[in-house]
Amino acid sequence: MDTEKIIEVKGLTKKYKNLVAVDNLDLNVYRGDVFGFLGPNGAGKSTTIRMLLTLIKPTSGYIKIFGKSLQKSRIEILKKTGAIVEKPDFYLYLTAYKNLEVLGKISGGDTSKKNIMKMLELVGLEKRYNSKVKTFSHGMKQRLGIAQALLHDPELIILDEPTTGLDPQGMKEIRDLILYLSKEKNKTVFLSSHILHEVEMIANRMIIINKGATQVEGTVDELLNPDKLRVTFEVNDITKAFEIVKLTQWNANFVMKEKNRLVFELPKNESAELNKYFIENGLEVSAVIPTRSLENYFLKITETNQ
Amino acid sequence: MILKLISIELGKIFRKLRTYIGFIAIGVLVPVVQISLYFTGEGYVDFATRNLKDSFFFVGNLLNGYLIAYLILQALFIHIPFLIVLVGSDLLAGEATSGTYRMLITRPVSRISISISKFFAGFIYTNILLLWLLLISLFVSIIIFGTGELIVLRDKVYIFASDDILWRFILAYGFAVLSMTTVLALSYLFSSMVENAIGPIVASMAVMIIFIIISALPIDILEPFRPYLFTNHMIKWREFFGDPVNYSEAINSGLILLLHIIGLFLITTYIFNRKDILS
Repeated sequence: MDTEKIIEVKGLTKKYKNLVAVDNLDLNVYRGDVFGFLGPNGAGKSTTIRMLLTLIKPTSGYIKIFGKSLQKSRIEILKKTGAIVEKPDFYLYLTAYKNLEVLGKISGGDTSKKNIMKMLELVGLEKRYNSKVKTFSHGMKQRLGIAQALLHDPELIILDEPTTGLDPQGMKEIRDLILYLSKEKNKTVFLSSHILHEVEMIANRMIIINKGATQVEGTVDELLNPDKLRVTFEVNDITKAFEIVKLTQWNANFVMKEKNRLVFELPKNESAELNKYFIENGLEVSAVIPTRSLENYFLKITETNQ
Repeated sequence: MILKLISIELGKIFRKLRTYIGFIAIGVLVPVVQISLYFTGEGYVDFATRNLKDSFFFVGNLLNGYLIAYLILQALFIHIPFLIVLVGSDLLAGEATSGTYRMLITRPVSRISISISKFFAGFIYTNILLLWLLLISLFVSIIIFGTGELIVLRDKVYIFASDDILWRFILAYGFAVLSMTTVLALSYLFSSMVENAIGPIVASMAVMIIFIIISALPIDILEPFRPYLFTNHMIKWREFFGDPVNYSEAINSGLILLLHIIGLFLITTYIFNRKDILS
């Protein structure tokens, strides 16, 4: 992994009167990262992204992008940054082509017909280039949003929930596009999402925030594929299962039992062995359900926020 | 970069339907006034000259294009601001309403440049609208009614020779640019404060109406405030239709309007520059 910091955030805080939207947030994004910025709705993700893009001013803390202070080198930084913030809105009375041309001109990007059409092709909108954006569905606007973010060939791409409102096929296409940009074009991607699974599929590093504050940060592998998994075994005789486990080394891994389920915290490769042990001792195992503690945690904070 | 931004902003203005409301309104209202005066204008001329007819004998075309243009300017001067406000109020608030603030402000240009370019685009629109008014009200009127002496009823009756009029209209329209740009700057200020263009339209017109009422009310206690109301200075284009022209009055009012424009623009830019974009 490249160690060049593309985004460096330290002590970032945004307060609105009595509401603390972002609370002393620290994060680092390195060159080439697809960085998952995860949190439930209302966690402070969009507020953070707005501060990264100078739409709102932090109450305190600092942001460095490409090693430069965002406050002091705003224009220089934004020249190398493409973004979608929340839902992409365009000039509805202009065509897709014209919208890209207008936004590209302001960004100082290549607004030749060839480049604009290339971007529209990349997001699958080339056939609708001459349609006014007011006739576009949400999904099409989302794709156009990505096209405008890429038009000036930025090094850093900030995407705020880019798959929101898309159908499963559309979501997959966007994910594939992000992976393509990262792997083939060597772009650094800052991806906010409230879907853990989405981040897991695309990102290499991630942070989870809640109520404006960092909860966990690390590589996706570290956080989502830890050495130990919480595994639930669904068996036909819970009393017998509990008794035979007591005699084994897995007794130390036992967490809880409920109805016909036993829950253990096991090293990755041991769930199969325990399953085999149950079967060899005459038990019927109807399900083995691995769950990750972070997933549980994330579900819990998501439910709490809804 | 500023020129590029201005041309982009102009492109946005002239692609919106509301922009053409002003042109259509003038294109409809002025011919209505022209047609009305074509049939009833003699009454005005009779009224204007009723006290002079005993002593003077009037010859020539008194109901001419110049008189029509003057009457139109006088009649519409209070309505044109509404057409300016329609566009001025939308300059910033329109971006918030449509959500395009986010797209615009995440571009590598300073907010000050955005503010300057938007205001200049509005200023160009204002000029084009006034030019349209001048074209329709003066030149079309001259084509329909011909030329002649201009009779102006103010504190007294002025009669200007036909070769002594055109420059007065040019100066009056030059002054109108200042007046209408003040209105533009006011609506632009309100536009920077909210996220919907309706509020700035209502607020700008409310300010103007309140100021005009204060100016018109014959109440002594309001007297000290009157010199500070920009609406009082907006009507000083009439000074160019006096003899001799009271240049000091016109210049004084022009400078006051200019200060209003600069002041309002600077406040707007300050607000816009510090604004958190939450839309």
